[in-house]
Amino acid sequence: MSLKVIQPGLSTSIQDLGRPGYFHLGIPIGGAMDRFALRVANMLVGNPEGAAGLEVVFMGPTIEFERDALVAVTGADLPPKVDGVAQEGWTAFEVKAGQTLSFDFLKSGARAYVAIGGGIDTPPALGSRSTYPIGALGGVDGRNIQAGDVIPLGEADTIEAGLNVPENLRRLPGKPTELRVLPGLYWHRLTPAAQEGFFADDWSVALEADRMGYRFKGGKPLEFVEREQPFGAGADPSNIVDGCYSYGSIQVPGGLEPIVLHRDAVSGGGYFTLGAIISADMDLIGQLPPHTPVKFRKVDMDEALAARAARKKMLAEVRTHLG
Amino acid sequence: MKTRYTYGGDEHIYIEMDDEMSLDAFFKSLSMSNAVREANIKGVTEICPANASFQVRFDPDVIAPDEMMAKIKELEHRAENAEKRLTTRIIEIPVYYQDPWTHETLMRFRERHQDPSGTDLDYAARINGFDSVEAFIEAHHSQPWFVSMVGFVAGLPFLYQLVEREKQLQVPKYLRPRTDTPKQTVGYGGCFSCIYSVRGAGGYQMFGVTPMPIFDPKQKQSYLSDFMVFFKPGDIVKWKPIDRAEYDRILTEVEADTYVPRIAEVEFDLDAFNADMPGTNAKLMEALNVA
Repeated sequence: MSLKVIQPGLSTSIQDLGRPGYFHLGIPIGGAMDRFALRVANMLVGNPEGAAGLEVVFMGPTIEFERDALVAVTGADLPPKVDGVAQEGWTAFEVKAGQTLSFDFLKSGARAYVAIGGGIDTPPALGSRSTYPIGALGGVDGRNIQAGDVIPLGEADTIEAGLNVPENLRRLPGKPTELRVLPGLYWHRLTPAAQEGFFADDWSVALEADRMGYRFKGGKPLEFVEREQPFGAGADPSNIVDGCYSYGSIQVPGGLEPIVLHRDAVSGGGYFTLGAIISADMDLIGQLPPHTPVKFRKVDMDEALAARAARKKMLAEVRTHLG
Repeated sequence: MKTRYTYGGDEHIYIEMDDEMSLDAFFKSLSMSNAVREANIKGVTEICPANASFQVRFDPDVIAPDEMMAKIKELEHRAENAEKRLTTRIIEIPVYYQDPWTHETLMRFRERHQDPSGTDLDYAARINGFDSVEAFIEAHHSQPWFVSMVGFVAGLPFLYQLVEREKQLQVPKYLRPRTDTPKQTVGYGGCFSCIYSVRGAGGYQMFGVTPMPIFDPKQKQSYLSDFMVFFKPGDIVKWKPIDRAEYDRILTEVEADTYVPRIAEVEFDLDAFNADMPGTNAKLMEALNVA
């Protein structure tokens, strides 16, 4: 039994929690940009937290159901509708065979996660159903969903509709959004003034912001410590001998516009990186639409680990709440 | 060469053997990343070797970052004493230099290039002091290359030429990256050659194209039946210049899933190479003659 895609939305992809283990070959972990939202959506419909669902960007798809299913939409505030009737976000609701799921306009955030009881059952590639279009892996034939696609569903346990996550256990970015950064990697390439300026300046999300990386604009150009460029690095002061990139690492080609690498990151390259967004704030980035004002805040490792523990605790509270 | 250890957020440790490229730095990075793998440290989730550095991804809920850092540092002495020797393979990769497809692409992105008046090869030949593009192409394919990193996207190899530093070819990347690069383009940036495994964005200069797929998620090519990615660090490559007729012939075989690349098993010893580069390279390339 399956889903039939009537309209795909702007950029709707099948995502789970990704395919770790192949980054050394240039194949990124992928998976939901906002992992908390996907996990919670799955819990609401009785799926394992890592089941594959839909990641919907800015504009929702229209989908016809061939069987009864429990559905939950989390993450961005993109109100779902069943045959035109409004449904609550962060709440499990029923869709009957023959009914159509569609969405109202985006109210806040950037990416909504749609979990369906039984999960999406497309063939996994390298252990994951996550869509990685560059490598033609996962999803439907290695790509985002298109009108006319028929998406298979797994077997669902029968559970009741109506489960709900209270507001204090939902997570959406504040305004302006604060993203916490642990300086490191090639931080020493920046002058002290540039190091200070990066955190003092007001940035905003640029239009080039996707699963691979988020670009920011608005801050002052960064100045580099003068040096003779090392052999093999390339002539620009922002160049290094091509090395690995960390998930969340911040590169600034030419010192101009910072790019934060996300779940579909390139695994390496020749630009210096000044540090990385802490793991606790990676989910938030997926919820930032273009033009969102952003401040980067410098933290140390202790604060990064405390923030990570706080995120874990919040997820544990959702698990307890949903029993 | 001084090793530098640093964090990439709370989930990565980045270890740079040297800030400049050399085979010594590559071998030390490879040995040390192997030592980390063999140490089986609980909490390590990924180990990614690069040209002169490597990265370890770990789960800080399993092992504290400072403890992880200490365990990696303990392994450095092992890498220093490791043999700089590999049992590996040499692969002949056919290259159609100055092909029509990369030419069409480079003309489309001319305003992003250092020298909009010529081609990428014209520019590379000139800044490296060659009299002609042909002489530059000859320098590019006459001596073998070492795969010093796999990554960027889906199985893309970075290659470092096995010649003295003063003979290394060097070119900058495009001023602004292109939004398009043909699949299997042979590119060049800094001192590295590469093969774009898939079509997409790129900043390396474009010299030609190979008909041989190096990434195949459907794994239809016989030489990709074990895994969808062809290259691994330590592979050695000999470019073989081909013309349009040869390109078309190979492409027909690729499309029928019958193409078989020439591959030979070889030993590579860094000390022997440093002692006699032309002799070591001649031996490596001879191995292909009997493959």
